[in-house]
Amino acid sequence: MSDGPGSVDDADGDAPTNDGQRFDRLPETPDDREVDGRASRREVLDWWDERFGVDPSVFEGYSFWEKGAGKVWIFNGEATDPSEVEAIGMTFLRTRQEHWKPTGRAATRFGRHATRNVVELGPEQAARFAAGDDQDLPEWDGDWGYLIATHEIAGGSAPIGVGLYLYDELRSVVPKGSRADLPVVE
Amino acid sequence: MNPLERYEPLVDDASAFRAACDRPLPSVVRVNEMAASPDRVREAFDEAGVAYEPVAWHDGLLRLPDGNPGGNWPYVHGWTHGQEEVSVLPGLALDPRPGERVWDACAAPGSKTTQIADAMDDEGTLVANDNNLGRLSALRHNAERLGITNAIVTNQDARNFSTKPLAFDEFDRALVDAPCSCEGTCRKNPDVVDQWTLDHVHAVAGIQKGVLARAVQATRPGGTVVYSTCTFAPEENEAVLDHVISNEDCEVVEFDLPLDAVPGVTEWEGETFDESVTRAHRVYPHHNDTGGFFCAKLRVGGDDEAGAGDGEVAA
Repeated sequence: MSDGPGSVDDADGDAPTNDGQRFDRLPETPDDREVDGRASRREVLDWWDERFGVDPSVFEGYSFWEKGAGKVWIFNGEATDPSEVEAIGMTFLRTRQEHWKPTGRAATRFGRHATRNVVELGPEQAARFAAGDDQDLPEWDGDWGYLIATHEIAGGSAPIGVGLYLYDELRSVVPKGSRADLPVVE
Repeated sequence: MNPLERYEPLVDDASAFRAACDRPLPSVVRVNEMAASPDRVREAFDEAGVAYEPVAWHDGLLRLPDGNPGGNWPYVHGWTHGQEEVSVLPGLALDPRPGERVWDACAAPGSKTTQIADAMDDEGTLVANDNNLGRLSALRHNAERLGITNAIVTNQDARNFSTKPLAFDEFDRALVDAPCSCEGTCRKNPDVVDQWTLDHVHAVAGIQKGVLARAVQATRPGGTVVYSTCTFAPEENEAVLDHVISNEDCEVVEFDLPLDAVPGVTEWEGETFDESVTRAHRVYPHHNDTGGFFCAKLRVGGDDEAGAGDGEVAA
């Protein structure tokens, strides 16, 4: 039951392809790329640096893996490459699309290192965001696209997740299973 | 007949035992200290007017008398995880360290897995296995919510677990929090008492022996294996230990728990067990107002090559 439908790792001589049934380690740089369309570690680190100002040193000890088309996982342990397991670390980033999208969990786990494209929400806005509701946010004058939403709690700022900012509106992209109806905490 | 009656000869105060089993348990959360300190969680609860009470023997546990452990900001941030008090005991006994290789053999839905990852400070390799693919999705959800990056999830029968998908073939520590008849959870799930059968106890004991034996085999010499259940049945506790220490190279060792517990039993319904099973701990509901629990710590035989084992605890 744990095995996927038929291994596709038998294409000797052909160019390697992405195998949706297993985890493959991302190549170090674009020059090391063997599987078409696969992001490299360098590009992933550059993206977090450019988009959110997260210094690449934050991810120094971590490895990055692709399973399925474009879903990148972050892992902080020892693993074989490829790895035929159910999960390896946590989902981190969606690639193979025009605008890469960080997962909400990546935002909560690593968002405290972000220095740009971070939007601080007030108590009511934060509750609305956690509930999965879209909201008008004309006061944001930064970039469009994916932002890390934070709010103030217990003496500090804490990231809540990822929102998509377009046309004066912050769309909450909190997955259904993670939405929460919370009271507004002033 | 209520199956809990069969344990009355084992307990000091049968009526207090039965009365405790009939009381519901409070909601409890464990602080995910890799994300927030217990102080910060308490401050966030104070800000939001969420009532909480301390648990005297563990700073990272908070009782929520109004329930709803998932309906607050600390939960949404992955700072807390709903977990019954006694359920943190095997993780404490296992005492994993950052950088180690640790196996959680029956991991879903992940309360103990996430506690182990927290104790490892999310460093090292934690292999979380479960044979039930459906329950693995709950494990994965919990691990992601708490921001754990050092876990590999596998879906195997733990009794013949293969290390082939891993980058190593021996663990420093292993936890067998075994599937069991779950009588100790009667305070939150009274159905377990109605559904109890002796046949099930015997069937599940066979599985428990197989999983614990495999855990001992997969752990390096000098390494630690912790065995735990949420049942009072000696068939699933001391009898399993007795079987595994006579068939595998390992011994039951002394360890301390931070709450009131009594030693494992050496006799049950005509069977006798090795004296060393008294080093295991039985936790009864009326002693600490918790669920019921059983927990034992084993040392795998041979020299401690890695020098990181718990040799000092062998009494």
